[in-house]
Amino acid sequence: MMARLFFSQLWAVLWKDIRYELRSKQTWIGMGMFALLVLVIFNFTFDLHASTVTSIAPGALWVAFIFASLLGLGRTVAAEREQGMLDRLLLTPVDRKAIYLAKLLGNLLFIGVVEIIALPVFAILFNLPIWQGTTLLALIPIVLLGALGIAAVGTLFSVMAATTQAKELLLPILVFPLVVPVVISAVRATTLLLVPSVNEPPWVGLLIAFDVIFLSVSTLLFQYIVEE
Amino acid sequence: MSRPVKGTAAVQPLDLAASDEKTTVAMAIELSHLKKSYALKPVLRNIDLVLPRGQRLALLGANGAGKTTLLRILAGLSKAGSGTVFIEGLDSRYELQEIRRQIGFVAHQPYLYEELTVLENLLFFGQLYAVAQTRERAMMLLQRVGMERRSNERIRALSRGQVQRVAWARALLHAPSLLLLDEPDTGLDQNGNQLVQALLDEHTARGGSMLFTTHNLERALSWSDRIVILAGGRVVYQHETASLTHEELVQRYQEVVR
Repeated sequence: MMARLFFSQLWAVLWKDIRYELRSKQTWIGMGMFALLVLVIFNFTFDLHASTVTSIAPGALWVAFIFASLLGLGRTVAAEREQGMLDRLLLTPVDRKAIYLAKLLGNLLFIGVVEIIALPVFAILFNLPIWQGTTLLALIPIVLLGALGIAAVGTLFSVMAATTQAKELLLPILVFPLVVPVVISAVRATTLLLVPSVNEPPWVGLLIAFDVIFLSVSTLLFQYIVEE
Repeated sequence: MSRPVKGTAAVQPLDLAASDEKTTVAMAIELSHLKKSYALKPVLRNIDLVLPRGQRLALLGANGAGKTTLLRILAGLSKAGSGTVFIEGLDSRYELQEIRRQIGFVAHQPYLYEELTVLENLLFFGQLYAVAQTRERAMMLLQRVGMERRSNERIRALSRGQVQRVAWARALLHAPSLLLLDEPDTGLDQNGNQLVQALLDEHTARGGSMLFTTHNLERALSWSDRIVILAGGRVVYQHETASLTHEELVQRYQEVVR
């Protein structure tokens, strides 16, 4: 009964966020445009050769993803808090973990959509054969795991930053240092896909481990951060 | 003191009244030695207050007197610095989720999702409160507040008064036993005010209680059974409304609120 209620409430908050975003189009279009612009700028900035592109491209991809993600994460929660809607949500007898997980899944969905849009552009701009063989199939889990790590920490801190006046500045300062392990693991795992190498640590395994840690800690801490 | 049974039981459909088990508690609100400070600045100082079930209490005071802080503590949005808060016999330190099920909240801002329709907003909150047969209950309440024909319109397409009516429907959706109202008359026209008066009469006639803040002394007199004035975080005046005239209230208010 309790589990059913929990998932029903989680679904209600998630569905509301998706519906609201699809109608307002406030966040995901801006995130997508931002990610594409970063990729284009990286493409122009570096003198890419066949020998250097595989070492630069994964970094460019993940810089684009993390900046675009933070742009979106900051907006979704801040807008709800500014309008007083987060307080209204907290007035209801909803498990705070359900609110966190719904917000996290919503953010993950928006980041995922942005990544789906950005990946083909990335492949074309950097002339990378990600469509060949099983590269794309192996890249998608890495991209999703990286997005999960960023979203887990970002969702938690976006709620904290939303209460401050300098939220746009504070959110990246809080989140970037924490997601460094996720970003390093994701960049290295992506590089290994493009240029296979031996004697490398199990980057995907590390990515999964960081995700599990961030997700567990953030889920437990959310209640204390969101409530006074 | 007997208490309502804890649990997640859904609200009975099409029932505006508080359930029978809730009526076994004598006091809707019991505050004892309540204190609250923000950054060492005291906002509420030793508040003792009770609201018997079925009664209406008007909370008056100048801006900064502590009314909103008190409402936030009662609603479970803020924690008391010290002292005890019991809502419907439930201790706010340990039974906050259960308390949230008992409370309906209307603020001067409607706090509804502008990009969702009227009905979608009510269905969303109905799901959060685990209201049974939410759609039927939502439509019944929309009919009650005169908004059933606008049920499929987005909130941002409505006037301020219409949105406030929807906020009232949302507050009553889970049949709360206690209504907390923060300047609820804001944005309502004369018809809207008459409607709210009728809704409040129905709520209290069924044993529900309410506490509201307002700056309108006339409304405080007409809507409440008792008036409490806060100043500097303290209760500085309280009186039964039945034996109070508008002139006396104005005089008292001017004396204690400077």
